[in-house]
Amino acid sequence: MSELETLERTLLADIDAAGDEGSIEAVRIGALGKKGSISELLKTLGTMTPEERQTRGAQINALKTTVADAITARKSALKDLAIAERLARETVDISLPVRSSPAERGRIHPISQIVDEITAIFGDMGFSIAEGPDIETDYYNFTALNFPEGHPAREMHDTFFFNEDDKGERKVLRTHTSPVQIRTMEAQDPPIRIIIPGKTYRQDSDATHSPMFHQVEGLVVDKSANVANMRWVLEEFCKAFFEVDKVTMRFRPSFFPFTEPSFEVDIQCDRSGPIVKFGEGTDWMEILGCGMVHPNVLRSGGLDPDEYQGFAWGMGLDRIAMLKYGMPDLRDFFNADVRWMNHYGFRPLDMPTLFGGLSA
Amino acid sequence: MKFTLSWLKDHLETDASLEEICARLTMIGLEVEDVDDKAAFKPFVIAKVVSAEQHPNADKLRVLKVDTGSGAPIQVVCGAPNARAGLVGAFAAAGTYVPGIAVTLSVGNIRGVESHGMMCSEKELEISDDHNGIIDLPDDAPVGTSYAAYAGLDDPMIEINLTPNRPDCTSVYGIARDLAASGLGTLKARPAPSFAVEGETTTKLTIDLGDDRHLCPGFGLRLVRGVKNGPSPKWMQQRLLSIGLRPINALVDITNYMTFDQGRPMHVFDAAKVQGNLTVRRAKEGETVLALDQREYKLGPNNVVISDENGIESIGGIMGGEHSGCDENTTDVLIESALWDPMNIAKSGRTLGIITDARYRFERGVDPEYMVPGLERTTELVVQLCGGTPAKAEVVGYAGYTPKIVDFPMSEVKRLTGLEVSSEESVAILTKLGFGVEGSGERVNVSVPSWRPDVDGKADLVEEVMRIHGVDNIVAAPLPSHGTVNGKILTTLQIRTRLAKRALASRGMLEAVTWSFISEDQARLFGGGSPALKLANPIAADMSDMRPSLLPGLLSAAQRNADKGFGDVALFEVSGTYEGDGPDQQRRVAGGVRRGTASLNGAGRLWSNAAKGGGKPVDVFDAKADAIAVLEACGVPMGNVQFEAGGPAWYHPGRSGTIKLGPKIVLGTFGEFHPKTLEALDVSGALCGFEIYVDAMPEPKKKATRTKPALDLSPFQAVKRDFAFVVDKGVEAGAILRAASGADRKLVTGVSVFDVFEGASLGEGKKSIAIEVTIQPVERTLTDEDFEALTAKIVANVTKTTGGVLRA
Repeated sequence: MSELETLERTLLADIDAAGDEGSIEAVRIGALGKKGSISELLKTLGTMTPEERQTRGAQINALKTTVADAITARKSALKDLAIAERLARETVDISLPVRSSPAERGRIHPISQIVDEITAIFGDMGFSIAEGPDIETDYYNFTALNFPEGHPAREMHDTFFFNEDDKGERKVLRTHTSPVQIRTMEAQDPPIRIIIPGKTYRQDSDATHSPMFHQVEGLVVDKSANVANMRWVLEEFCKAFFEVDKVTMRFRPSFFPFTEPSFEVDIQCDRSGPIVKFGEGTDWMEILGCGMVHPNVLRSGGLDPDEYQGFAWGMGLDRIAMLKYGMPDLRDFFNADVRWMNHYGFRPLDMPTLFGGLSA
Repeated sequence: MKFTLSWLKDHLETDASLEEICARLTMIGLEVEDVDDKAAFKPFVIAKVVSAEQHPNADKLRVLKVDTGSGAPIQVVCGAPNARAGLVGAFAAAGTYVPGIAVTLSVGNIRGVESHGMMCSEKELEISDDHNGIIDLPDDAPVGTSYAAYAGLDDPMIEINLTPNRPDCTSVYGIARDLAASGLGTLKARPAPSFAVEGETTTKLTIDLGDDRHLCPGFGLRLVRGVKNGPSPKWMQQRLLSIGLRPINALVDITNYMTFDQGRPMHVFDAAKVQGNLTVRRAKEGETVLALDQREYKLGPNNVVISDENGIESIGGIMGGEHSGCDENTTDVLIESALWDPMNIAKSGRTLGIITDARYRFERGVDPEYMVPGLERTTELVVQLCGGTPAKAEVVGYAGYTPKIVDFPMSEVKRLTGLEVSSEESVAILTKLGFGVEGSGERVNVSVPSWRPDVDGKADLVEEVMRIHGVDNIVAAPLPSHGTVNGKILTTLQIRTRLAKRALASRGMLEAVTWSFISEDQARLFGGGSPALKLANPIAADMSDMRPSLLPGLLSAAQRNADKGFGDVALFEVSGTYEGDGPDQQRRVAGGVRRGTASLNGAGRLWSNAAKGGGKPVDVFDAKADAIAVLEACGVPMGNVQFEAGGPAWYHPGRSGTIKLGPKIVLGTFGEFHPKTLEALDVSGALCGFEIYVDAMPEPKKKATRTKPALDLSPFQAVKRDFAFVVDKGVEAGAILRAASGADRKLVTGVSVFDVFEGASLGEGKKSIAIEVTIQPVERTLTDEDFEALTAKIVANVTKTTGGVLRA
């Protein structure tokens, strides 16, 4: 075996034996460093004859290439090994649980969600949202809305009253959202298209009545709005709100002090199961009251009933929430039970829009 | 209002079915609430007992063979004492539901003998309480036919939910008139009553109401002598029973019958018990009367009564007195047909707590023109059923009826409803309903009949035409488009309310809706409890005062959840609080509480933060972060917002803060709660909370353009430097942050506190606050000298304002 072959064999064995980056570097320096064994051999090239250079020189260069390649390969292998080792060391139990996103835990109350749904629908029909105070005067809550003196609703058994003030007036907790009709007509010229969601109060408490509840009311006043238009608005609303392709509604003549003619509206549904289904079935369920704004109410709002006309409707927000989402008991709405809120509440990012659908 | 089908057909000639009649009633505004078609009675047939043998194994039972009119006799085991061969009664076969015992019969085996049905008692059929024996019919009762038909029990009952504006339909006659107008048959004329009159009504009546004659605008009275007052005839009893009235005696039953048949409440006095003449007057303060319901009522001047020399004999229009009531011994009867003021009746009835069929009608308005005809018809019925001799009637105080005249343009129907109804049809509808129509063409004068006090103006007539023409004929017509793409429809307050809710829910909090009213104690605890905000008639003692704050409701709610085992809760509400009873004194507040370990990242312990003492109780800083989140979500410029130590009295004075914008605007408060607050609310646990006054936030500045200002990015690298200052314990970190920022407003772009440390090494009453300052070179890279100068300025500023010393 030639001297070069021996060297090659030794070096390759050393490379193979190198177990980490330090020892492979030592091998490299020992062979290819300034004073390395191969470097020393390369230095001898200058002293050789051209013939020697052709044979022995080529051999030395070949040796250098072989060893250099072997070192590179070994280095790379060692690096992979080191990485593999590190990865193994860093491995964790990914089955360990993490915190859920706060946005996933939070809940919006169904009432707020329903108001947003209604806002989306009526916003599209050119309505805006009007609000008013919970504590009202007798005038706004009754007189201006054509409740005659002595009307039963004015008496203690239905309405929450405050104590009389110095002027002998007693304020009330509004029994409906209708006072906002008057406040709006006073503040704004027709055409008026508003939706009035809000808290209302009556002295009543059982599974479907609560001393505090929510209503949503609509008012349209212009020079031509009639029952036919009202029918269209309410049908479109019910379709959009209950997210069904068609609804069948039944208008029944009825009576409210603040509208004339007045109607109660039933919606056709299937009540045979535990959950009411709309757009099918043969049952009727009363869902809202409505009518043409009574001439006296228009006058209260400062409008001439021979020039202006309009319609209004009102319904229980909690009630339509219960119908759509299936809560069985109204009282739970105000109980703040976390289990109820988690179950019936909505995630904060579930924002009702018409372009994305009202409910997911 | 209840009535039966046969009763309706007394007044309405019609071939329409029960279903058609009910559907039409609802569609003309007389909403059918309940229909009892008496189908439950259908399975019961008349059957004859062929034989009755002693039961082999029971002394008190008999084994009957019963002929039901079809097939072989059926074997029935029966325990009734009157069960005997030859008896004709009501039979229920196996499979029949028997209402009185709420059982569906099956083939039974009673002490070894099969029984294939049941011979029923009246109680078992729920037609009376009689359970002494089985029904025992005359021998000629037709075996095999329906018992209900034979006994007149198959008359369907209809109940309508009458709206308060329709007094005319508190009578079967009025309902028939409405149905006839709608084309569902013909209204039968009311024949003129016929009876012979003899002598005078010797009891005289005076209306003594001074100027308040409207309280009793008419009174008719008639004496009938020599009546015999037994039970009323079966047909009348059955009708009264079927609408839930108990038959009493013929005279009383006649008045009840008139109440429902004609909507004309009547009263009968036993003339023998009336002392002297009758007077209609206001009751005296404290006067009492024992009424027909056996209860004594204490009356006052607001109640109008009928009295004689004995005292009060009747509460006018509401309920008669027990003393002069009619019974089987009555021979001379005084019949009253009077008119009363609806408002006074409603108020009297309400204050006395008396609900009667008479009050129901008088408070809605009884037809004044039928006062006298009603007296005539009642007299006729008395003579027919009880005999006797009627005297000439006394009619006092009735001034007659002057109809309201409504100027009615026919086009109103189209204007308000969109319906095309011809003038001819409109006139025909109004005429059939009893309105008078004068004139022709587009504008007519319509006179309102005496039984329709609810009709006042054009819109009321439109409703009449519309409901009879048919509401279903109104075809939906789109509301004209407003002709533009929608702009913003919400106000700033509405937008911020919405954002506050979504922002807080995004922080893992649950939105609650709690009562607007709380107890007075709780209200006082949170700065409320003023007399103006106190309900006169709260639904419960602890729901008496309008809330001054959302916090008491939320804290109580958190405790309720904790009591159920859910102690780590984060709740919020964005709603109203009340500073006064004026429309501008209702605030819009976003409030929230966190309890236990319910922090932003989640409640309870978790392996990953175990080392950091996971499950840390919530504190003032959790509340502060929530409060800031609301302000940020609502777009409040945070650079101008100040945080002052301390909050209102319900907070922990050393762990609460007040958020302000300028010296005047209070944006909110936050903190942990005062131990006394928690004790008074009876709540416990780690709790923190906040309230942000959404309505106090200033309107955002109007922007001239939607274009955002140009973005100026520095090409130079930002540098961070740390400083630690030793300061007195009372120095606020906020002051150090402000001082550091103020050192160079251009270069210092951020300052944060990364450590707060207190220890003996610092000395008594001292603490160390470590801050990280971000320096962003703008014009050029900063030299070492630049940095030294800036650092020195930062230190100098902090030292100057806080007395802080740079920690070595």
